[in-house]
Amino acid sequence: MTKKDLDIAFNLISRQKINGLTSEEKLNFIIKEVKNGKILVLEQGLTPVEQAGLIERTMKEIENDTFIGVEMEGYGEDAPSFIQKIFGMAKRPRMTLIGPANLLKMIKKDSDMIQTKIISGSGAR
Amino acid sequence: MGIFRKGRLSAIIQKIFGKKHAKIGIYGPPNVGKTTLANRILRDWTGDIMGSVSEIPHETRRAKWKKDVRVENDASSLLMDIVDTPGISTKVDFKEFMNTWGLTKEEAKIRAKEATEGVIESIKSLENVDGVLLVMDSTQDPFTQVNVTILGNLEARNLPVLIAANKIDMEDSSPATLKSAFPQHPVVPISALTGYNSDTLYSTMIKHFGKRRKKKWR
Repeated sequence: MTKKDLDIAFNLISRQKINGLTSEEKLNFIIKEVKNGKILVLEQGLTPVEQAGLIERTMKEIENDTFIGVEMEGYGEDAPSFIQKIFGMAKRPRMTLIGPANLLKMIKKDSDMIQTKIISGSGAR
Repeated sequence: MGIFRKGRLSAIIQKIFGKKHAKIGIYGPPNVGKTTLANRILRDWTGDIMGSVSEIPHETRRAKWKKDVRVENDASSLLMDIVDTPGISTKVDFKEFMNTWGLTKEEAKIRAKEATEGVIESIKSLENVDGVLLVMDSTQDPFTQVNVTILGNLEARNLPVLIAANKIDMEDSSPATLKSAFPQHPVVPISALTGYNSDTLYSTMIKHFGKRRKKKWR
């Protein structure tokens, strides 16, 4: 295994960064990073509509020999509390993990923990 | 008196308060038994079938419609247009079709290409249904991203969803796990293959999809 093979890039993306992007910009950003072999942990994940949009975009980007899709694991949206509802605050998506499907494999997920493993030999480009 | 007979009264109530004709989509990840369930429903109520089934993932790669399917129970009925959709996934690897299922490279690449188009068609068709029969494999972990994404989209649109916990004829099935994972939605354990509990499914479909609801506009 070469040094290059061991290089796995994990990018932790803050809520502020995600909130500053439109839905289209979020999907462009994620697809670009993941196609470059990066694994992203979004502090605040995507809304269900954005998740569906990401699956659609991913399908359009699949190339048989270079990109087979994404592994994406996250949770549904947190329901706002009574006080938050009074102030008109919307549901908020929780943490989401996204990476290239040839590199990241989900092992187990329950309501509080996502367990994944890295498939060796496919480092960041 | 004729008008107060059980079936007639129920039909009047349904006409006033509920939906008479609903577009119902059968959704879920690949290989959970969507087409087997569609075939079961059609065989039971029309004598027809929807499409071919296979152990190889992404057997259904184009959405298929069957119009005017009437499902009935003792008291009521529901007329549906049913769409059997391609399985939704976040990845399609043509090598899996070759290595696991023995397809040639050419066949595998064509299947992969059609599968990606099918996933897109499935997602787009969510816009055009009145309710969803979400099929899950009761032998598998229910917290998959595809299940979470589909449910999130349906909740955002306020569309009714009924979860069919399929494959309960398998030894390692656990429909209780599905029920506890998604307590906010009705879950009906079934075997689309054997037809076990299909009567309960039909009654729940009539009750759940026949309700009048306001769609949310995005």
